[in-house]
Amino acid sequence: MIWQTILLALRAIRRNVLRSSLTILGIVIGVAAVITMVTLGDGATAQVTTDISKLGSNMLQVRPGQGFRGPGGTRSTADMFDVDDAEGISREIFGLEAVAPTASRSQQAIYGNKNWSTSVMGTTNPYFQVRDWELESGRQFTEGELRSGRTVCILGSTVRDELFGDQDPLGATIRLQKLSCQVIGVLESKGQTGFGHDQDDMVMVPLRTLQRRIAGNTDVDAIYVSAQKGMSTTAVKEDIEALMREQRRIAPGEDDDFHVRDMQEIVSTLTSTTRVLTGLLGAVAAVSLLVGGIGIMNIMLVSVTERTREIGTRLAIGALERDVLMQFLIEAVVLSSFGGFFGIILGLLAAATGAHVLGMPFVLNLGIVANAVVFSAAVGVIFGFFPARKAARLDPIEALRHE
Amino acid sequence: MNTESRNRHLIELASIAKTYGVGAYAMHALRGIDLHIDKGEFVAVMGPSGSGKSTCMNILGCLDTPTSGTYLFNGIEVGALSRDQRALLRRNYLGFVFQGFNLLNRTSALENVELPLIYRGASASERHRRGHEALEAVGLAGWESHTPSELSGGQEQRVAIARALVIEPEVLMADEPTGNLDSTCSREIMELLCSFNKERGITIVMVTHDLEMARYSQRTIRFLDGLIDSEESNGGKRS
Repeated sequence: MIWQTILLALRAIRRNVLRSSLTILGIVIGVAAVITMVTLGDGATAQVTTDISKLGSNMLQVRPGQGFRGPGGTRSTADMFDVDDAEGISREIFGLEAVAPTASRSQQAIYGNKNWSTSVMGTTNPYFQVRDWELESGRQFTEGELRSGRTVCILGSTVRDELFGDQDPLGATIRLQKLSCQVIGVLESKGQTGFGHDQDDMVMVPLRTLQRRIAGNTDVDAIYVSAQKGMSTTAVKEDIEALMREQRRIAPGEDDDFHVRDMQEIVSTLTSTTRVLTGLLGAVAAVSLLVGGIGIMNIMLVSVTERTREIGTRLAIGALERDVLMQFLIEAVVLSSFGGFFGIILGLLAAATGAHVLGMPFVLNLGIVANAVVFSAAVGVIFGFFPARKAARLDPIEALRHE
Repeated sequence: MNTESRNRHLIELASIAKTYGVGAYAMHALRGIDLHIDKGEFVAVMGPSGSGKSTCMNILGCLDTPTSGTYLFNGIEVGALSRDQRALLRRNYLGFVFQGFNLLNRTSALENVELPLIYRGASASERHRRGHEALEAVGLAGWESHTPSELSGGQEQRVAIARALVIEPEVLMADEPTGNLDSTCSREIMELLCSFNKERGITIVMVTHDLEMARYSQRTIRFLDGLIDSEESNGGKRS
């Protein structure tokens, strides 16, 4: 009987193809919008995750101040680190692979008649290991260069492109403000981070060079630490926290004036941000699905009025109230399911195109596809019920007399 | 059923009244009708507009219920039935033919005829067989796949008659079946109805304005102002 009713509904839909397709257009657009938004959002989340894992998943950052807490929570008086803190970490903490203190300043890099505003970072050789960063050409710093703070530098690929173009920069001398620096290496390109920050837009110098010749102090902005393979970053993080509290003489119960971030934390912060955005976009798109549902109700009401005599005839020849109810309800569900079906196809196509254009991975979320199927059928039931009940409750005598 | 049912009339109306509205605005469509129709009869119902004949037909066709009085159909008290129970009664025992044909548009003749069988839950093969038979019986073999817009008025009414007959009803309720047809078509339709009445023993109750059409029946009932004005038998088949 239900199969019969579905056939009847299909027949009724086929009898008015143009109107049926216009009706389902609302649902098609609604479902497609939801699927596109959610799929693209998932793609963005996936990209952020892979971008961050490129930073090295066993990496931790130790910074002064209180990290991600709100503005009121930041202690402006937090002491900066110095090289001793980094050495303390590498000496005291078990299971570390490498420790690299870093300090950065914004500087103009000048070569010939070209200049480029970039970030100059002072660090030590373990930084390459922590960040898992290879040199494209040239060499790392020597022990002597690091110890005595020689004016040598390694260029990020963006700076190399901006200053040298196609020329080989090795051996050339660039100026960082008033400091002349010999180029000894070029880093391989890492590309942009999830925030759109260009990681290759930087110049590396020995930490001591930066401290003495550019910053004029002995501060360390951040200490990069990488744990050995198989070590829990959470355990390492706790160890570092305990050590730093001790070294910085923070009394029990007092807040830390430094912050240890592991990548897990950064990943979860960023992905939760993109998830919220995905949810918001999906919710906006869901509104259009609601509008599509109202469109179905509208057309079903028109259809009931238009087919009053048909309904009267059906009732006269022995259709029960629930037969008519089911007929119109199933018609609405079939309509909205068609809309859902085409909406899924359209949405996935749009998402795939969008992902391609935006250079994001295309993540097929079967959950949202299943949701779209269920939701569009539910739209049919909810918005089809009122017109269907109206049809079923018609008085056959009145309905037969209807012109 | 007890033995009494053998002597019972197929349709028995006893002091049926139908009132629309209440109080000063009440409109008395029927003021107390007594009527018997036996199995196999062909009855014509006539009367001017507003005489109550349409209301009476609606009650006879179980589409409406009387305000007072009793209507026994095959011994069943129709006034006590629910809306769905009356629908089941129509589904199984009554066929309807309307003045305006009331076929489904853009639906083939065969599908139109099969419609009542769908509600009876008949299988597709049974529907096809009986649908074809019914169309053949009204002389429309070969027209199965035509839609109403491709058929003449007379053919449309034949499809409607086939739809009414496909369930092999006890009673065929025809509401001005020739009202929209020319005289040639009308005569063909009436002859068709007569043949079903005679050959299959189907009881027919027909409303008509046309005296010529009423002559095909065995008995003519005239309504006036909500009451039965006169009853006369045609051709002496019945006294």
